[in-house]
Amino acid sequence: MPTMLEVRELAHRYGTGPGAHVAVEDLTFTVHQDELACIVGPSGCGKSTLLRCIAGLIRPTEGEISLHGDVVRGVPDDLAVVFQDYSRSLFPWLSVRGNVEFALRTRVRGRTERRRRAQEALSWVGLEASASKYPWQLSGGMQQRVSIARALACQPALLLMDEPFASVDAQTRADLEDLLLRVRREHGSTVLLVTHDIDESVYLGDRVLVLSKSPASIVADLPVDLPAQRDQITTRSSPEFVKLRTEIARLLHDRAPAVGEPEPSSAAEKFLAAERAEKEQQSTRSGQ
Amino acid sequence: MRPVIRNLIGLAGFLLLWEGVSQSGMVTRTSLPPPSEVSVRLVELLGQASFLRDVIATVLAWLIALLIAIAIAVPAGLLLGSLPWLRSSTRALIEFIRPIPPVALIPLIIITIGSGPEAKITLAVLAAVWPILFNIIYALDDIDPLLLDTARSLGHRRTRVLATVALPHVAPFAFTGIRLSAAIALIVTVSTEYLAGSEIGVGAFIIDVYTTVNGMDEVLAGTIVIGIIGYLVNEGLERTGRRLFHWSDTTRVEALT
Repeated sequence: MPTMLEVRELAHRYGTGPGAHVAVEDLTFTVHQDELACIVGPSGCGKSTLLRCIAGLIRPTEGEISLHGDVVRGVPDDLAVVFQDYSRSLFPWLSVRGNVEFALRTRVRGRTERRRRAQEALSWVGLEASASKYPWQLSGGMQQRVSIARALACQPALLLMDEPFASVDAQTRADLEDLLLRVRREHGSTVLLVTHDIDESVYLGDRVLVLSKSPASIVADLPVDLPAQRDQITTRSSPEFVKLRTEIARLLHDRAPAVGEPEPSSAAEKFLAAERAEKEQQSTRSGQ
Repeated sequence: MRPVIRNLIGLAGFLLLWEGVSQSGMVTRTSLPPPSEVSVRLVELLGQASFLRDVIATVLAWLIALLIAIAIAVPAGLLLGSLPWLRSSTRALIEFIRPIPPVALIPLIIITIGSGPEAKITLAVLAAVWPILFNIIYALDDIDPLLLDTARSLGHRRTRVLATVALPHVAPFAFTGIRLSAAIALIVTVSTEYLAGSEIGVGAFIIDVYTTVNGMDEVLAGTIVIGIIGYLVNEGLERTGRRLFHWSDTTRVEALT
């Protein structure tokens, strides 16, 4: 599969000098076309900084990002972002349809064509009947569906999602997860989704990238060997799902395996061994 | 109970109290005539061409002042709100001018531009620019950065974001400023007519009947006319605001219930 997104040795610091906060350090990974990659990491590990760098909203201090081969400088044309805070990222003075059309204003010529495309995008998320309502008249889950429709309307090469389902209740969350899986299956979108929820990353992803604590760097890159058709109940209870989520949980929380617990699976062990070796190397170096 | 009825009950209560105090002899009838007398005078006055000219002069001066204030404060507010360096370099000047009561400038104005309608318009403008100006500056400060990020991530350049996000966000705040300014402009217009010896206007009428015939009933009738004008202006602007900015936080609760 061709590469859609390539992140090379990305680093970002807020501020300068010794007081600078290093949010992201030496991040390298790729996302292939038509893939749904999930980035999972602890809260405050720099996930949002990474996403904002990719979106072109902030310029990284070091490293390079390229989208289908073009180096990202400024906001790329064919990229869309869904933010966690739907209530703050929808324009309150625009109707649902107006919000979706907003994304097309710079990209699609002609009012009627924009309206048609907006209506189409709203039908993908089942909101065609609410087009003339205003965001504040909708529930949280519906508002986030508007954000998703707005992002999809411009048919982006890459859809970035920053904890998109973290602010809705559990049932709505499950519905939105399934909606995302269906929409991307139907439209073949490439998605990079950031979350702190391990189960969500495994349930949604074709691949899960595990981030370390701040400054963020990639700890593991795990393929998800689950069938493309997923189900909230059967998928989440399958042995493969449980195994993967345990592995990620261990990577994130408790790096050293506890006594009496089964051996961690290969990827985690490889990472831990590599990290231990690196630490030892560093201590011998500093001891000299 | 409907709000209209509640409002009327409050008003009727006030008039009854006034009537009672006035009839009881606590104050002399000439210094506080009861509303029953004042309302008769009011009806008579509304039939007089000279009084209607006064009303029109006041309303016209007020309207011109408000329009000029809007024309100055809106662009100035947008500029000061979006250019931090301009704002910090004008802060001392603005904070010096702002607390000066406009009526304190009456002597200066009379000497420089006379006591005609220009005087009251100038002073009313001077008083009415602030609420609009500051509401716009604060509204620009208050834009959610996520909203700006959203617009930028959807392909709108920084300069475009000003028009597509900043202006709609600022509009209801600016409108609230205009509503406050409208009341202030009316107060200053009438005060200037009263204090600067204008030839025409409701304020000039009040000082005239007070000093020449000492007719408190006419003074109060004139005052009531100003109150009614102020009420109608505020009510009209509030309704317009609700219609234009039904999506805004301030009116949302009413829209939902």
